[in-house]
Amino acid sequence: MFACIYVSKLPAALSLTDFAYGFSPVVEEVRAGTAVIDVDGCELLFGSAYQLANEIAQRARKSQTEGGLETTASVAVAANPDAAIHAATHLKGITFVSPGDELTCLGDFPVERLDYSLAGVEKKVATEILETLILWGVRTFADFAALPVAGVSERLGQTGIKLQQLAAGKTERHLHIKQPDPVFSNSLELEHAISELEPLSFVFGRLLHQLCAALNAHALATNELRVTLQLENQTTHERKLSLPHPMRDHKVFLKLLLLDAEMHPPQAAVTAVSITCEPVKPRVLQSGLFVPLAPAPDKLELTLARLAKLVGEENIGSPALLDTHRPDAFSMKRFTLQTEPDRRRRRKKQLGIRARQCLGFRRFRPPLRAIVEAHQGCPTQISAWSKQRSVYGRVVDLAGPWRTTGDWWRDDGWARDEWDVMLERVGQQTLYRVYREIKTENWFVEGNYD
Amino acid sequence: MKAAFSKAELEAEIASRFGDAFRIHEKAAVETLSSGVAEIDALTGGLPRGAITEIFGPASSGRTSLMYSLLTYATGHEETCALVDTNDVFAPTAAIAAGMNFDRLLWVRCGGNLEHAFKAADLLLHAGGFGLVMLDLGDVPGKEARQIISSWWYRFRRTVEDRPTVLTVISEEACTRSCAALALELNGAAEWSRVSVKRGIGNLLRHNAIRVNRQRPVTRRVSEGRYSAMALSV
Repeated sequence: MFACIYVSKLPAALSLTDFAYGFSPVVEEVRAGTAVIDVDGCELLFGSAYQLANEIAQRARKSQTEGGLETTASVAVAANPDAAIHAATHLKGITFVSPGDELTCLGDFPVERLDYSLAGVEKKVATEILETLILWGVRTFADFAALPVAGVSERLGQTGIKLQQLAAGKTERHLHIKQPDPVFSNSLELEHAISELEPLSFVFGRLLHQLCAALNAHALATNELRVTLQLENQTTHERKLSLPHPMRDHKVFLKLLLLDAEMHPPQAAVTAVSITCEPVKPRVLQSGLFVPLAPAPDKLELTLARLAKLVGEENIGSPALLDTHRPDAFSMKRFTLQTEPDRRRRRKKQLGIRARQCLGFRRFRPPLRAIVEAHQGCPTQISAWSKQRSVYGRVVDLAGPWRTTGDWWRDDGWARDEWDVMLERVGQQTLYRVYREIKTENWFVEGNYD
Repeated sequence: MKAAFSKAELEAEIASRFGDAFRIHEKAAVETLSSGVAEIDALTGGLPRGAITEIFGPASSGRTSLMYSLLTYATGHEETCALVDTNDVFAPTAAIAAGMNFDRLLWVRCGGNLEHAFKAADLLLHAGGFGLVMLDLGDVPGKEARQIISSWWYRFRRTVEDRPTVLTVISEEACTRSCAALALELNGAAEWSRVSVKRGIGNLLRHNAIRVNRQRPVTRRVSEGRYSAMALSV
């Protein structure tokens, strides 16, 4: 059985669908002010179908604070949803249409009131058929239902048959169930504040499991997790976890969150946890037979998070050169997997072009401060020490100087003379790059050629 | 009287209980990754995947130049590479001149912490999917490198065994002991060609002497060779 609730004037702030959810989880929103619910299985809660209709009408009259609509609703109960819609729309109060007796209730309705949209018939076609029916002298639903089916089919086609079944209240269809908007946010208030990470991991695990189940149910994934922790000292600890690719594996999320929490622990005990994610379409990737193996995205994210915990976030990533001539100017960018093959490089590979032989350079960070003996401005003896390395020896050959300057208008400008030197120490020759700062006239060893 | 059993009967009896205990397992042919230097490929046949390759030699012997060639070749062929930089000496400005594709390179800077470097390499190897993992111990003093406990190398060897990953270790002295399938000893010497004093033209000519020591899973053999390459200042 189906019950239709019809409200002619619905207050703007109220939702008829939300009201209908109070009686059944299976709700179809036909249009604004009209909703149909499936009442099968509601007997234990509300009694018979008539009692349910009575309950709906009574509750609709109640105020908003009491869960009502503050208006009078027409309620009709019928064996099929379309008959219930017609009855509720055109008859006030509570109407009960017995199964098989639809025409007793709907038979006197004029055919102009036939809601053709319920049968999926276009307005132009429906208007044409209804005009034809009036020309034939068919005035009511009962008259239309009484026409022979074969004749209607011959003259009006399948559309005419659909409309005739609609008038007779004998249509069969499923409800177009309105799904409540999915919420991808979970929160939990804790009875006792948590100050350690291990018990917090169970809370994270539970919330993430529910969140990923919701994502899975809607065939979605996420590339951003936002965690908000309410702390005991009345402050909030917020963390945002951005992922390069959409994922929905709660185990991976849990490990990432725990690693992040270890790196950025909250300042006080946690009293409430809230996790929100941004739903996006999952990543669909077609792997090729000839594409080189690459780390699995979720494993790579975990590895990067563990590496970040080990050596610091600023020390992992891909190097990116900066648009400047400043020595050793680079930045670290987030390492992401390249899914699209670089066509230019592939063409280069196909052509068999080999990499250019280039002199390797090992840069000392920071440069070693050096004591240099010079003859006519050229270094002849170099000594430099630090905790990790020492550079000293006699200069047996050199090239230079090459002067580089830049950013002279800024405080951090540089100006220096560079030399490539070969040092000899215990019969072993090593190549270094040394430079002299023009401003301070201090010597430094920048690195060695290898 | 006790019946005599033949060896075949005994084997058949045991084989039925222990499966393929007597079957000889043939190892698949070793896949290799090119070093990017034709002379080294001719000497070694490429770096074996699923094994450790050690490149060692004193400073200015050409270890870093070979590292650039390796990374340039691997990143250029869409391999995902990782460089564990123990002493933070990698120079991106020099590497880009060799044609390296930074988009496929994960650089881990360990700031001189040897323990972090080994842990990072272990994490990368366990993550899987990397074509080349390079552990740069080039600035770790030989004495300290020799003191690295063997279990680390055995662990690495076991981890990469079934993976298509080339683990390359760069060091001043040989330190992987018997765990490296391929060891390249570099004894390069630089010469000053004096072609031009202008930078970028190539005023250093390098002759790299190389000694190759191959062990399992590659056929055991020792060979020596030399290669030359024009070295460009950066």
